[in-house]
Amino acid sequence: MSLPLEEREMAVVGCGPAGLCAAITAAKTGADVVVLDENDRAGGQLIKQIHRFFGSRRHGAGKRGYEIAGELERESEAAGVEMRLGNTVLGLFPGGEMMVEDRDGVYVLRARAVVVATGASEKGLAFPGWTLPGVMGAGAAQTLVNLHGVLPGRRVLMVGAGNVGLIVSYQLLQAGAEVVGILDVSERVGGYEVHRLRVQREGVPFYLGHRVVQARGRYGVEEVSVEEVGGASRKVFRADAVCLAVGLSPLAELAAMCGCRMVYSRELGGFMPWHDGDMRTDQPGVYVAGDAAGVEEASVAMEEGRMAGLSAAEDLGAMGRKEAERAKDEVRRFLWELRGGPYGEAKRRAKESVHCA
Amino acid sequence: MGDKENPGGRVGRHPVLDKFTGGREVVIFVDGEPLSAREGEPVAAALYAAGRRVTRYARHTGEPRGPFCMIGLCAECCMTVDGVSNVRTCRIPVREGMRVDTPERSSG
Repeated sequence: MSLPLEEREMAVVGCGPAGLCAAITAAKTGADVVVLDENDRAGGQLIKQIHRFFGSRRHGAGKRGYEIAGELERESEAAGVEMRLGNTVLGLFPGGEMMVEDRDGVYVLRARAVVVATGASEKGLAFPGWTLPGVMGAGAAQTLVNLHGVLPGRRVLMVGAGNVGLIVSYQLLQAGAEVVGILDVSERVGGYEVHRLRVQREGVPFYLGHRVVQARGRYGVEEVSVEEVGGASRKVFRADAVCLAVGLSPLAELAAMCGCRMVYSRELGGFMPWHDGDMRTDQPGVYVAGDAAGVEEASVAMEEGRMAGLSAAEDLGAMGRKEAERAKDEVRRFLWELRGGPYGEAKRRAKESVHCA
Repeated sequence: MGDKENPGGRVGRHPVLDKFTGGREVVIFVDGEPLSAREGEPVAAALYAAGRRVTRYARHTGEPRGPFCMIGLCAECCMTVDGVSNVRTCRIPVREGMRVDTPERSSG
């Protein structure tokens, strides 16, 4: 059986902030770009983000995530990017060949440049009862609430006091749920102060230095017991949802599949394709960007996407080396700024060790 | 009603997203029983909105399982949809008259 084959100059897998920025950047140099995404809407996780972003104007400060997604989508249309939603990339093979499934079946697409911008997946946390219905990723709860207008529960326990845990807690409150507590095994809140204050002002109690002992219920979570780490104090919550905000892992199986060497970084969430500062992997014509290249923030994903787009355009001959270098210098400056501060610096060091791995 | 007793429900008023328009109201059949859902929303969301968290039972232990990732990765939400088994209900949109069955109940 032979499958229909399509040849393109450049293909981007994933149309979140990284993929869209890679596509826009390359298309603006005149490259022929197609973006593939299994979802029916463009924007990746940005479409679930209803809080205002901060940072610089270049990264959409003051705007809500879904507004940034809309802007990037319009920008890519204007740049002549072909957006193929509802197209799942099943496999990526050496030589830039990929197997894609759409509504009508499977086809093969071959591109001279492929950007893997497939994002991340949520980590789980195993405790007795963690497989009960009602225990889910915080991102899953965010999807239910902000995208579909459905509550994951009425009384929610949030596990993890990083940014995701804090932001999703606040969004659950906005949607009318009760957050019975935010628990973290650490003694300190990992997320930004501004997010912590928002939930604290709403009266949500923090249980720092605590861990989940067990979730119980017949058809789903009904109660959760927690305890102080190394202490005697125990508490039982009546709750119908437990959200796990315990980190993300890069989702880059496609890169591994086509032979990219994978490297591990605890700080960046797990295994990711080795890449240099220009987002090139060790496979010619394969680039990586965004959370798939190590979990950081949306603004970093955008810059990494731009960098990957520039490298691809350069390698395709759509852009001269000098011109590409100038544009890359600007991206490097933004990445340096974004990775400032104690939190960003740890990421920068981790990223540098990936480049050297 | 056992596995259908639990809350969840739809978001009412919302300070940022003023209202969830969603698709038109349609009826789907879950284990043979009619359930009101919104056209185009994922089946898993429709089930949660109706207070139903269980999508399947673990094959060997019989423990209940429900949606975990909501983005098509974990397979905990797989059910039988219109006779097709192992359909990820977090990814499949609601269509009028759709038949959704808990895996064990549909086999045999």
